[in-house]
Amino acid sequence: MIGDHSLSGPLDDVAANAGHLDHPPRVGFFTDTSVCIGCKACEVACKEWNLVPEDGLNLLGMSFDNTGMLGANSWRHVAFIEQQRPLGNQDTGLAGLPTGQSGTGQTTEVVSSALRRAERGGGELGTSPLPVDPQPVDSQPQNLGMPSFEPPGAATGAEGRTDFRWLMASDVCKHCTHAGCLDVCPTGALFRTEFGTVVVQQDICNGCGYCVSGCPYGVIDRRPHDGRAQKCTLCYDRLGDGLEPACAKACPTDSIQFGPLDELRARAAQRVEQLHERGVTEARLYGHDPNDGVGGTGAFFLLLDEPEVYGLPPDPVVPTRDLPTMWKYAGIAASAFLAAAVAVFVGSTR
Amino acid sequence: MGSNMAEAHPVGFQWVMEAKAKDAPVIHIDPRFTRTSALSDLHVPLRAGTDIALLGGVINYILSNELDFREYVLAYTNATFLISEGYQDAEDLDGLFSGYDQATTEYDPETWHYEGVSADPTLQHPRCVYQILKRHFARYSPEVVEAICGIPKEQFLRVCTAWTSNSGRDRTAALVYSVGWTQHSVGAQYIRAGSIIQLLLGNIGRPGGGIFALRGHASIQGSTDIPTLFNLLPGYLPMPTPAHSSLAAYIESIRGDKQKGFWRNADTYVVSLLKEYWGESATQDNDFCFDYLPRINGDHGTYRTVMDMVDGKVFGYFLLGQNPAVGSAHGRLQRLGMANLDWLVVRDLAMIDSATFWKNAPEIETGEIVPEQCRTEVFFFPAASHVEKEGTFTQTQRMLQWREKAVEPTGDQRSELWFFYHFGRRIRQRLAGSTDERDRPLLDLAWDYATHGDEPSAEDVLRHINGHDLTTGRVVNGYLDLRADGTTSCGCWIYSGVYADGVNQAARRKSRFDQDLYALEWGWAWPLNRRVLYNRASADPDGKPWSNRKALVWWDAQRREWTGHDVPDFPKDKPPSYVPPQGAVGPDALHGDDPFIMQSDGKGWLFAPTGLADGPVPTHYEPHESPVRNLLYGQQGNPTRKIYERPDNPYNPSPPELHGAVFPFVFTTARLTEHHTAGGMSRTLPYLSELQPELFVEVSPELAAQRGLNHLGWAHVITSRAAVEAKVVVTDRLAPLRVQDRIVHQIWMPYHWGPVGLVRGDVVNDLFGVVVDPNVFIQESKVATCDIQPGRRPRGPQLLSYLADYRRRAEITATTGTQLATTEPTAAESGRSTTEDPA
Repeated sequence: MIGDHSLSGPLDDVAANAGHLDHPPRVGFFTDTSVCIGCKACEVACKEWNLVPEDGLNLLGMSFDNTGMLGANSWRHVAFIEQQRPLGNQDTGLAGLPTGQSGTGQTTEVVSSALRRAERGGGELGTSPLPVDPQPVDSQPQNLGMPSFEPPGAATGAEGRTDFRWLMASDVCKHCTHAGCLDVCPTGALFRTEFGTVVVQQDICNGCGYCVSGCPYGVIDRRPHDGRAQKCTLCYDRLGDGLEPACAKACPTDSIQFGPLDELRARAAQRVEQLHERGVTEARLYGHDPNDGVGGTGAFFLLLDEPEVYGLPPDPVVPTRDLPTMWKYAGIAASAFLAAAVAVFVGSTR
Repeated sequence: MGSNMAEAHPVGFQWVMEAKAKDAPVIHIDPRFTRTSALSDLHVPLRAGTDIALLGGVINYILSNELDFREYVLAYTNATFLISEGYQDAEDLDGLFSGYDQATTEYDPETWHYEGVSADPTLQHPRCVYQILKRHFARYSPEVVEAICGIPKEQFLRVCTAWTSNSGRDRTAALVYSVGWTQHSVGAQYIRAGSIIQLLLGNIGRPGGGIFALRGHASIQGSTDIPTLFNLLPGYLPMPTPAHSSLAAYIESIRGDKQKGFWRNADTYVVSLLKEYWGESATQDNDFCFDYLPRINGDHGTYRTVMDMVDGKVFGYFLLGQNPAVGSAHGRLQRLGMANLDWLVVRDLAMIDSATFWKNAPEIETGEIVPEQCRTEVFFFPAASHVEKEGTFTQTQRMLQWREKAVEPTGDQRSELWFFYHFGRRIRQRLAGSTDERDRPLLDLAWDYATHGDEPSAEDVLRHINGHDLTTGRVVNGYLDLRADGTTSCGCWIYSGVYADGVNQAARRKSRFDQDLYALEWGWAWPLNRRVLYNRASADPDGKPWSNRKALVWWDAQRREWTGHDVPDFPKDKPPSYVPPQGAVGPDALHGDDPFIMQSDGKGWLFAPTGLADGPVPTHYEPHESPVRNLLYGQQGNPTRKIYERPDNPYNPSPPELHGAVFPFVFTTARLTEHHTAGGMSRTLPYLSELQPELFVEVSPELAAQRGLNHLGWAHVITSRAAVEAKVVVTDRLAPLRVQDRIVHQIWMPYHWGPVGLVRGDVVNDLFGVVVDPNVFIQESKVATCDIQPGRRPRGPQLLSYLADYRRRAEITATTGTQLATTEPTAAESGRSTTEDPA
């Protein structure tokens, strides 16, 4: 029953592989972050439709991101990244201004030092306040007192910051071809739908939490008060009624596009090409490749930087990829033990 | 410019993104790098409040390089018209125009008028509009723009070339603004400056061109069309004054003498409105009840009213969908005013800050409001939300879109329509039988709307707005059907036609995929479903499109009528070559090449000979509170701005006054996508509150270093009115600017927080004083000066003494900032330095 690519590698028909003989085409999301305006309508629409509870009222200081990360109570998460580098041919207007050094170092240090001291090391991002030092010793700026009007040329701009870009990207469950969460779920609460997506059945989940460690992206999470696993369902109920998921429906700029995965992949390839022609050479796809560690994802992205910049793993691998080899080695090891044991007995008869 | 469209209008911004996908360059000019800038090709930071200097620079660039769309300018604008000999420009009078009265701080616009009907088609006459404009803006050079706005010259020139090279026969450029332009003491002139550029480049009345005023809420356009403003009646008819002794006098004041265009028909609009208000009681004999209309005799704007509340002259107040305790400038004044009423009615979705100020205003902590002693009785009425009632929204394109009721309102929630209908009904019941003359206007009202149960029918109200032919009882098909003899009624003449053919045109929802690009069968736009105003200008004087690419409407010589993709905004059968007979007036007096059919001369006004309180041409004035002296003129600020000289409304000093350095930074505010204006619709909702949970203040890394501010640490911003604390966000999205010989830092805050809700914070609008534009009485709440200090603000009575100390250091008195004319050098200017700080 387990084919060559049931646990890893390209798989043409995930739904059929899961036993759906007559099924609609596999659907997913193509999130084109180059047109995301960071409005967070996806986060709100998701919560409204799926009745996902509020996830903490805390200012995180991570640019405009106060959600922090995907979790049981945030199935969509818009990341905001302020960077000292240009975006294609964009002109930020900073050149020639009397600027000094960038502030991103200070802000990053404040947030990351808080994360280092946080109990769950970022696990509570967005759900509780970060412990922020009122006066971080190492990055204490100099109070220069009252003079607000520096003499001309005090800041020449020579050492000034000129490059800047502000990236925004809406993250979501990847609905992997080979879903670690699903593979390790002992109760069958997680299942592959006829649309090729991965959904948790709340009434079956026993809260064991294997799926949490099984997800290479850190997406699935247990809700604190009942312990059951939660994540994006790609609006399974809406799909059944022929509707697109709530987030895609709410996205004003079509940054989140929903549709048959094949069509989305073709569209995404075109978009990358178009952006490259326009000088945005840093545009690249993430999750579209069936040969990656999870066999390609159902929700894939057009990014403008390395995945790590957005908090995405650069080379995600489904933990079950190595299962056949592990069993093989386990088998060899077992045989060896057996042989050794036999040898002992054989030896002892002498 | 003056718009953070991606954040404040994210749904509309999809069309900008669509244009960008088709290679349209997008330029965002704004003090800080926002989510709009992030998606733009070019971001141009500028000092808040200096937009006219920048726009004047663009005008100068266009004129001195002769880059205007000359055929369009000659045919469709008043460039050739000569101005009266007595006219003196701001260039001649150091920033003032002729006609200024120092005592009243108002202009007599007599000398701004045209000199008869003379024109110079060669544009050479020194008194023609084109030459006046050229002289007026000649000093707005790239260097001056750089020195005033802080925009490096190269950056400014990039804006100029992008704008001009994307305008002309084959291309058009659109200009978008929002309250970042309007909320200034010279805000109306910002828009005038933008209009001049768009007229010079031929971008008005053409597809892809125009000036888009993005409104502050859903249907704010509707609430100016059918206004909630003290000085307007529906359809932009002015509110009568005591000088209008009769209906005839009032109508004459609107349409003027021998005026061209459709305002000439104002008698039909006014009489039909009076017939709609007072029905059968309005007759020819009683001037159609014209005397029932209230009269205004000055400034009765919201800020004047609030001050009158503080002074005990106003006893009751209605708040509907408004939260002035948080959303209006000088929140403290708002709250103190509301605390001094007999009664206050608040209709809203939730218990907003303005309903609970008596128990949780910041003034409780300082002892200025004592809940047990606050005399105001507050009546709170829960309101039905937009999904719980039917009606229309009018959006920025003047389009009315009908909205069905999705769910029944629960509990005591009721629609506004229900409230006012029954309020009127009950008052009339109470007054029934009264013989008091002053009750006649109420008793005679035609309060005759159809109802479903006890809910008035919004469709019937829309029908009344559309208007009826009273002889047949049928609806009229547009304002051309209205009569001045009392045989028609119409609640708002510009909306007439929304119920044409007895059909609710606003409810049309034909898919855009089933019709052409202009989607004329989606909703309904006033006037008469025309989607692009003044679209006669999309064709050349001969009636042919300027180019195939930009064809919109054109003259069909065979069928002898205007036709095209849009409904022509012009008399349908008037040929391009038409010359009216001598003595013609109104629409009949329009030439075949007069596209601006609402203007008294049919032309687009580069120079405004009438209608503006603060000058015929936009001029760079510094904001009321500014860290620098006006580089171009002795006149520092708008000489006609409305100031309110009172101890509870102190102003920070600005040059030429001394001690401005106590408040050395430029302060500006805006919205976040995640919240709704004053927070009444978002601070109560967990899904929105969690996205922006706390008030913060954005500072550049340079200012953070200078003032010792730490990311996520506390800081407080101080003006002479208030101190407001917030978490610090240090970001590269703000940058210092070099202005004249100084480095100017700008500080930005969102203003959504207040004392109630799931997420609470100080009221940012408390930082502003009240100073308003003289044309439209809008407050200057997009720029002020301030100080910022690390740490939290003092609390309780200590806060008051802290502020008093700031005022003492800046030597602020009730007269600070109230000397409007500054063309004469002051003793201070010739003597001491303006940056001196006595502290």
